[in-house]
Amino acid sequence: MDPTEQKRSQGDDWNAHILRVRNHRDEAAFAALFGHFAPRIKGFLIKSGASGTMAEECAQETMITLWHKAHLFDPSRASAATWIFTIARNKKIDAFRRAARPEPEDLPWGPEPAPEAADALALSQETEHLASALNALPEKQREIVKRAYYGDLTHSELAEETGLPLGTIKSRIRLALDRLRQTLNEPVK
Amino acid sequence: MTVKHLLNEQLLMGYAAGILPEAFDLVVASHLSLSDESRAMLGSYEAVGGVVMEETESVEMTADALGSVMARIKSGKAIPQKPTLRPTKPGVLPEPLQDYVGGDVEKIKWRSLGGGVKQAILPTSGKAQARLLLIPAGAAVPDHGHRGTELTLVLQGSFSDKVDHFTRGDIEIANEDLNHQPIAGPEEDCICLAATDAPLRFNSLIPRLLQPIFRI
Repeated sequence: MDPTEQKRSQGDDWNAHILRVRNHRDEAAFAALFGHFAPRIKGFLIKSGASGTMAEECAQETMITLWHKAHLFDPSRASAATWIFTIARNKKIDAFRRAARPEPEDLPWGPEPAPEAADALALSQETEHLASALNALPEKQREIVKRAYYGDLTHSELAEETGLPLGTIKSRIRLALDRLRQTLNEPVK
Repeated sequence: MTVKHLLNEQLLMGYAAGILPEAFDLVVASHLSLSDESRAMLGSYEAVGGVVMEETESVEMTADALGSVMARIKSGKAIPQKPTLRPTKPGVLPEPLQDYVGGDVEKIKWRSLGGGVKQAILPTSGKAQARLLLIPAGAAVPDHGHRGTELTLVLQGSFSDKVDHFTRGDIEIANEDLNHQPIAGPEEDCICLAATDAPLRFNSLIPRLLQPIFRI
């Protein structure tokens, strides 16, 4: 099977795996997530400058955090890969710094108790489009984007436009904005 | 509230990637707490991060990794968390900033810079520096240039310079090309969070983050 095709069908599947961990503490689902994501997290962290030992430890801690924080996973806000990326990123920063990284305030995401399945599906499709769009970028641009995420860019490269087609996830941004605007409190003036 | 001046692509991507110096992370996290639009944009840059991670060549985990992780989960021992103090009281300072100050504006330990202008330097690791600035209503900050990148986030009141007028939540991104003299709006004292990476250039900071820095 074409690898892109395979990934495409797997995006939703990984979401479902996390939901099984969340709802049923399903160890088989967790093992499958571990098999897929842990080596990728480790590879990503090594590319970002971590030693093999540190990358292994961060990858393990990321997966432990996934288990413990599965109740925070919301497939209408982030895909499985996106959510796991943010956990791994924070583990990396925590390993480098004395204090936790500053995170934005938690904002409520609207009065509805459960995200609509349609939102989750739209997000999942847009993330897939984003992946194909990233792969469709010219080699040089694609490399710049990847190296930006590894923290491996020179000043001039960082200033260069990446040409990332973020318009492909426009409707996700709109959804997120609509939700936030419904609930965002006016800050103190 | 509509925030007019938002982050640029490089800073959002840098924050999503986790490669900014701590002082810049603090400004970005504070801005994100005040701008729903920037926050929504951040979501897309994080999605890019997920895609990049998916496509990075994987490196095999040690043989007993899964077993060891399951054992750690079942032992019920939590992973030690870095200390954070998260007050719940909304105030002038967004929560990520209250973590650094230890509370809202009344907890800021100001030091006078003369002319009514005050500053408070916040503890961050790395060479970029974060500080809170208080400019009395209607007063000016001495004209200054920048050797590196300076981010200024308005938290209270407003200021104007030759670029534009900036109000709560707005962020001004200045580099060495900009010499400006910010003047606080007349309505109230202006409080800003500013971060500078001078005298270092932006690029020289990033490799530093890859070193294990615990305290400088």
